[in-house]
Parts: sequence; structure tokens; C-alpha cells
Amino acid sequence: MALDELYQEIILEHYKKPKNMGLLENADIKVEGKNPFCGDEIELAIKLKDDIIENVTFDGSGCAISQASASLMTEKIKGKSIVEVKKLISTFKKMVKGEDDSQVDRDNLEELLALQGVSEFPSRIKCALLAWNTLLLGLEEKLNKKDGKK
Amino acid sequence: MEPGTKENTSFDADKIREHFPVFFQPENEGLIYLDSAATSQRPREVLTACKNFYEKINANTHRGAYKIAERATAAFEAAREKTAKFVGAGRTEEIIFVRNTTEAINFVAYGWARKFIGTEDEILVTEMEHHSNLIPWQITAQKTGARLRFFKMNENGILPLDQLDSLLSRKTKLVAVTHVSNVLGTVNPVKEIIRAAHNVGAKVVVDGAQSVPHLPVNVVDLDADFFAFSGHKMLAPMGIGVLYGKTALLEEMEPIYYGGEMIKDVDYYQSTWNDLPWKFEAGTQNIGGAVGLSAAIDFINSIGIDNIRKHDHLLTEYALNELKKIKDLVILGSTKNRGPAISFTLGNIHAHDLATFLDQKNIAVRSGHHCAKLVMKKFNVAATARASFYLYNTKSEIDALVHALNEAKGYFSKWR
Repeated sequence: MALDELYQEIILEHYKKPKNMGLLENADIKVEGKNPFCGDEIELAIKLKDDIIENVTFDGSGCAISQASASLMTEKIKGKSIVEVKKLISTFKKMVKGEDDSQVDRDNLEELLALQGVSEFPSRIKCALLAWNTLLLGLEEKLNKKDGKK
Repeated sequence: MEPGTKENTSFDADKIREHFPVFFQPENEGLIYLDSAATSQRPREVLTACKNFYEKINANTHRGAYKIAERATAAFEAAREKTAKFVGAGRTEEIIFVRNTTEAINFVAYGWARKFIGTEDEILVTEMEHHSNLIPWQITAQKTGARLRFFKMNENGILPLDQLDSLLSRKTKLVAVTHVSNVLGTVNPVKEIIRAAHNVGAKVVVDGAQSVPHLPVNVVDLDADFFAFSGHKMLAPMGIGVLYGKTALLEEMEPIYYGGEMIKDVDYYQSTWNDLPWKFEAGTQNIGGAVGLSAAIDFINSIGIDNIRKHDHLLTEYALNELKKIKDLVILGSTKNRGPAISFTLGNIHAHDLATFLDQKNIAVRSGHHCAKLVMKKFNVAATARASFYLYNTKSEIDALVHALNEAKGYFSKWR
């Protein structure tokens, strides 16, 4: 597989000029993720309005794939409900892992399709998933807290 | 074809390569393997020795009173004897077979350190240790209440010996040091460190994972108390490693695993332990692996460890010179007296992106923190790429690496 299919233009743009960089104040969810394999790090700050992700920002360091994936993710999930986002995480993971997804509507992924090529580079799948697994962790911690309060 | 004799100074890596089947698989065509610091490749002679063990004399050791069991036992114990000679151990029973360096060091941590180290004591660890010779001592310190101290390196990745005396005292019970750094390639003055440690009564555990494959090692000459290394980095199979320990220390050390083979006598409520080395070898051992290690040592001896060291050194010098010519390439650590591992960064290209690029050119390098996060912190980098060499590598492979790195600069320049 050609390298250009991994490092697509849109990925390079998000790596060079990441969107939503820096951490929100007064975030409802703050969560950190690390990739022990390579030392890549990410921190997410999410502002919720009811069950909608009103705003999300990130900070971190790492390779082009991990940072572009984080940037693209923040763009994609803004304005979506937690339920929608959890579904999106699952779809995205399947795409990146190259799993069978005949039941999955990839069209919804739009710009995230640029990361499709990662599935051909098994050692880089963890890079692409770092932001997403961190997001999932943050959402689940939040939901668990909520359940605990009830 | 024989890989050459000890006297043969005309080292021919291309001929040596012919012994390594991995380079001749159709799916590996063009493979440039520059990651022997992670694991070496294995010559046909080693693979055949393992196959022969399982095909011809496969039986459990020290148990059966029948011919193939006796032959398996003899092969296993002969491997131990060969290993003892290879690293200069005074006695064969000072060689304990384990899985790898990590397990060997953990044996010392659990079996010796937990027994003899207390709250008033100190453990001195160097800043350049692989996690396998760091985390066991963090945990030992936490569990025993001992103080963990660090022997810091300078900005060239060298341990300043003149600072050692201020770090050692009668409180120091153990010093943990790597013989050769897996990241920086630094060859540490282990003998001097051991002498200084012994002056205050401390014991020393040496991580020899990166030294035994590449340099002549004599544990008695070093006066090491414990010395750990892995088979898989020196042409042997994965899953066989060695803990060397001085007899007196191994005798006072507790077994790690309890069970079959490690006992002398068993009663309902208590048992006694077998003699060295079997006290530490509970359960069925990796006999095939030990036989493979023995064959690996034969292979290394047939070429001569000194010749391997010279070859590694020439390649490393050549690589350092060529790499230095690449603008924006930064080499971590010293450029003198080092083992054949070179870690570097290239401009603002992340090591993982760089490794993926090199992989597209069939060049296998390691990228990441190399299980040495303290080294990464010291040099203020998150990750590096690392190229490492062994007896089957050639100058032309280094040329290919340098060429690809220059190409990578071009490719990634559009990112700025």
C-alpha cells in the first residue's frame, strides 16, 4: 500500500494545523489517554449541554496519525449526542481495524474516511485509536458517575 | 559452508547472512533488518538443533530412566556448561536457565533483594536502565521501604564515575546497572562500578542483554554478583535466558517458583530445596530453547565474538559518520565507545511516522521509547527511531538506511 494513502492530504492538514487544540476551562469531562507502546499522549476536555457535546478540545503530542485523528474527531463529534458519538466510535474503530462492517454506514464518517488507510498498517492502528479510546473512557466515566448518583 | 574460523579476520557478513533463512523467504525479499537490539535473527544451525531435539531426543529431563530422557538431560546440562564457559562463570551450577533477562532480574528482586534489603537500605539504579532493570527495583523499594537512588548520566549518555562515590555508602545494598544501553549504545564501565559497589559491601546486578551478544563477557573478571541475559538477542530461540549468580548468593537466595524438580525432599508440611541450579528451575524447563542457545553459542564461537565485536564496531562507526551528514538528524548519546545501537530523531518527524516510511522501503527499525522512558525524559524526547546492527548486517544496508532517511526528509517536508 502506498504511503500517500496513509498520509492523505487531509491528515497532513490536521497534523500541521490541528483544530480545537488547547484545553477548555469548566469542562464537564476531562480525560487523559496514553499509548504505552509509543508514548503518545492526549488529553480531552468536553463541555456538555444535557446529553449533547457542546464543545470539545484536546491537547497532546504524538505522531501525525494520532494527532490528526484527535483533531478530526473533535470536529466530528461537536454537536452530537452521547448516544450518537458512542455509535460513531464503534463505526470508526471497525473501519480502522479493517473489521467486517457490512452493517455499518461508513458514509456517516465523511472526513474520517481519510483514516481508512490505517487498517493496512497494523502497527499504526493504536495511533489512530488513541483519541477515540480516550473519548470512550471519558464518556463512560461520566455515565458511571451519573448512574452512581441515581 | 562454514561461517569462518576464529582466526579469520576477513569478516564476510554476506556469507554469514546465508545461514539465516529469514533473509531468503520470498515474503521478506529485500528485508533490511536493523532491529537486532530488540531480537536477533536465528541461523539455520540453531533452528536445526531445536528441530533435532524435538525430533530425536524429546523427553523430560532429570526424570526418566530411559535412553532418550538421559540424552535430553545430557543435552540440557551440556547447554548449561557451554553457557557457563561462554560468559566465564566459575561453576556450571551458577547458570540458572530462565525465560529472558526480565525474568532473571525479577528472580534477583524476589529471591534475593526482598530477603536481604530493608527500610534502612538503599538501592542504586542508573538512569539509563531498560524498564526490566528499573521497575523491579521500584517495586522492591516500595515493598521493603528501601530508598531508591539514581546514578544519573551526563548529556552524552555517559555515567560519570567520579560521582559514584557520593552515591554509594554502607546503606547501599544493591546496584543495578546495564552493561550496554539498549537506547544509547553506551558501554558502561561495569567493572569499575562493581569494584566501587563492593567497597561499600553492595551487590551488583548487571543487565547483559545488549552486551553478551556483542562483546566478550567474563562474569568472574567483572566480579558481577548477578548477571542477566537473553538467548533471543544472541541468535538463540525466544524464551530461553540466563541468570548467573555467585554460588554463595544463589545459596542464600529464595526460590521463586515452588513445585517439581526444585525439591530435595518433600514431607506433608515442609520440604527442602534441591541443589543449585535446580533449586531455581521448578517445573519442566525450556529444554529445546537451551539446546538452541547451545547451538547459538557454537555459531558465535565459530565466528569468534571478537570478530563480531569488530564487525559491529565498524558498522556502528560507519553508520554514525553517514548519519551525521544528514541535516536535522540528532543522535542521542555519545559517538564514542558504543555498542551497535543508534537512536536518533530526524527534524520534527515523529519516530512512528519515520518508521512507517522506512518500512515502506523494507527497512526495519525500532521506534518509540525502547522501554527506557527515563532515557527519553533525560533527552527530552517522546520517542526516537533506533537502528541496531549485528553480524549479518552490511554497510550497503546502512547506505540504504541513509538514502531512505534523506528521502523521508523530502517526503515529510511538505508537512511544514
